[in-house]
Amino acid sequence: MIDTKLPLSLTDNPILSQWIAFNEPGRVRVGSGKVEIGQGILTALTQIAAEELDLGVEQVNLVSGQTDVSPAEGFTSGSYSIAVGGASIRLVCAEVRALFLDRLAETLKCPVAELSVANGKFLRNGKGTGRDYWSMAVEIDLERRASGTAPVKKPSSYRIVGKHLPRLDLPAKISGKGFVHDMAPNGVLHARVLRQPWRGAHLAALDEAAVRKAAQAPIDILREGEFVAFTSADETAIMRAAEAARTLAKWDGGAPVPDDAGTPDWLKRQSARSRTVETGVQTPAQGNRVVEASFSRPFLTYSSIGTACALAEWKDGHLNVWSHTQGPAVLRDWLARALKLEARQVTVIHTHGAGAYGHNTADDAAFDASFLAMRHPGRTIRVQWSREDEFLGAPISTAMAIDLRAVLDADNKPADWTIEIWSPPHAQRPGMNGNANFSSETALPNPLPMNPLGDVPDERGGGATRNAVAIYDLPRHRLVHHLLPEVPIRTSSLRGLGAWANVYAIEMFIDELAELAGEDPIAYRLSLLSDPRPRRVVETAAKISGWFDKPKLPEGTARGFGFARYKNIAAFAAVVVEAEVAEDIRLKRIWCAADAGLVISPDGARNQVEGGIIMGASFVMREQVKFAGGRVANSTWDDYPILRFSDIPDIDIELIDNPNEPALGLGEASVGPTGAAIGNAVARALGKRIRDLPLTRERIVATLMAD
Amino acid sequence: MSELHFIVNGKSVRVETDGSKPLLSVLRDDLNLRGTHFGCGTEQCGACMVLIDGKPAHSCSREAQTVAGHSITTVEGLSQNGALSPLQQAFLDEQAGQCGYCLSGILISASALLAANPAPTRAEVIAALDPHLCRCGIHNRVIRAVQKAGAAMAGAPR
Repeated sequence: MIDTKLPLSLTDNPILSQWIAFNEPGRVRVGSGKVEIGQGILTALTQIAAEELDLGVEQVNLVSGQTDVSPAEGFTSGSYSIAVGGASIRLVCAEVRALFLDRLAETLKCPVAELSVANGKFLRNGKGTGRDYWSMAVEIDLERRASGTAPVKKPSSYRIVGKHLPRLDLPAKISGKGFVHDMAPNGVLHARVLRQPWRGAHLAALDEAAVRKAAQAPIDILREGEFVAFTSADETAIMRAAEAARTLAKWDGGAPVPDDAGTPDWLKRQSARSRTVETGVQTPAQGNRVVEASFSRPFLTYSSIGTACALAEWKDGHLNVWSHTQGPAVLRDWLARALKLEARQVTVIHTHGAGAYGHNTADDAAFDASFLAMRHPGRTIRVQWSREDEFLGAPISTAMAIDLRAVLDADNKPADWTIEIWSPPHAQRPGMNGNANFSSETALPNPLPMNPLGDVPDERGGGATRNAVAIYDLPRHRLVHHLLPEVPIRTSSLRGLGAWANVYAIEMFIDELAELAGEDPIAYRLSLLSDPRPRRVVETAAKISGWFDKPKLPEGTARGFGFARYKNIAAFAAVVVEAEVAEDIRLKRIWCAADAGLVISPDGARNQVEGGIIMGASFVMREQVKFAGGRVANSTWDDYPILRFSDIPDIDIELIDNPNEPALGLGEASVGPTGAAIGNAVARALGKRIRDLPLTRERIVATLMAD
Repeated sequence: MSELHFIVNGKSVRVETDGSKPLLSVLRDDLNLRGTHFGCGTEQCGACMVLIDGKPAHSCSREAQTVAGHSITTVEGLSQNGALSPLQQAFLDEQAGQCGYCLSGILISASALLAANPAPTRAEVIAALDPHLCRCGIHNRVIRAVQKAGAAMAGAPR
């Protein structure tokens, strides 16, 4: 069944003409507020539109993230793009097709059932009528509210959705084209901004003469408050200037971050807003076994291979901004607010960037460029961040501490389960909590007032509490959430938010309970899963990996398992990892079974699942943002290693065919289960569980040495 | 400012520029070849990889004047007369991309590998591409694409 209740994007943009226009012969413009961030969404949304309108894919002109044309759909995040954006386009296109056919039936005085559409042309009993979308467009009023009631196609009749369509944006990209970084209009003025090392830092001294000397070419220096920008027609000059300034600048005041920030002890010491959510019925205590374990994850950074870039131009009272933001309409609104403009004076044009895996510096670069454009009317300003600034100034995915406690019943099943989480918020994107959240905005004089921080609400999937509630049959569940809202770090969203750490903790803990019960980890999980749908995913992963064949593995090599349903409402993923563990972890092979309901673009889905596996492995094996001297201590890829070609094993993915279930968000589903499966494989190989991440060589050695 | 001479993508070019600038800046800003990308500026990610006299080399921190007179190939030089090279075609066939930002550099290193070794093993492809970082996780697709391109080029009439 495809859900026909109006999705959020459609209630926010209820008028059909906000989505669709027949303004170009032979092509249909379909708008989307969801944007391409490397996940292939443009291709998948094009497939949905072409399917419901009965067009060829080349007849769809998908206009994405252009705020003067496209619907406003918040952020492209949380694996909502297919489930919400795609569902909206499906309903709109079905309704528009029905409006045209109803009108044609009236004109031809025939039943609608005799009419059909092929490549945008209308047929009656399979024969041409001489009419098509474009010739009839004047007769159809699209300035009306979408009802969401037009019947959508049955998945069994799909000819485009669920079939392979090569990525529409890939041909340009394998020729090195198509990125905002590559825009170079005539007369462009390049700019770089000196980043504050910590929140509220005051620039006590900057030797401007030394900066100008380092630039080796004329540059302009703009200083307002704690904001410093270097501009020049020569990008190399401002790169040199910014690099010199980073070393020369002397900062004081503000809130430098202590070196131990992110450790469980530090987290548990911070001031908290706490709440408890209890479900189920407490059974009388029977003096049964109690199991407890404490887990933690460090701060991480999103780290795209390309640094943030934006262009902006202020001309005739209008600001045009080219940005790889994940939320073009939100960016427009908050640029306007921060720059004291009306939203209608700002147009954001989404332009492709390097992959976005969460709240990165794209919006910050857009603000830098926009602010400077208004100081240089008529000039196009181009800002591209340095790699060092990416580490220093990017939003940070927050550290978390997670304690688990289970009281086991006589059958060694959890009768009473508690998860307790300490975490700063996972979302400080533009507009969240009513704050602009642009890095440079707070450095300027008279910044917008800062509202108190909250986390992503549970009804939007939660931040720290995302996937905190284990998917298993638990008769009584207690969630204690300590939100740490006063941590002076711009903590924000990275792929999965709190989900992957919670899944790591829960799935490691379940393995521990299985071991206490003397049961196989997968068999134990199945005994706690009554719902057939997740059972099938778990069983499929066991089958494709030959888990129950109990293969003989060499000394030091072991397999681990991890499972979750992302946000407990999106796609299911079960992962088996085989790893060799000596002082370091060597991934040997990975298997993943996933159920995302109806899959729009099968190859794109597999690509996302595999990317999530590799990122999830990288998170738990390597990554950690550290602090020293009040600021982020990582400044190069040497200090912040991620997985590389030589670390990647063969990966087998089985997508469970489930076309009659709604399409479920998939992009983040495999991240958590992969990390957990690695943790469990390491535990089995070492005979010891490592509960604090990352699983670095130092930590493995320390674990082996302890006792 | 000085006049530098290079052979870029097979064409002789002269450019009046600051020879101490990184080669990457000369390619992107002076020669408007913007397919080679900036990633880190410290030779750690491979986004800026070009061929210098046929060998993969980072362009982000190498002074342009140190390679004056040499032959440089960028991603723009991989396609011939606007047609994709067999290597690029293999990347399309395998859909070896997500965001695509790292691909220009990866394609450059892969082209050098295949020129020297048309039938690389998985381990050889990995060794050649290990200087490159990819954050989206397309590694396995890239490895398959490079091996298939090698096979396709070996089978093509010479």
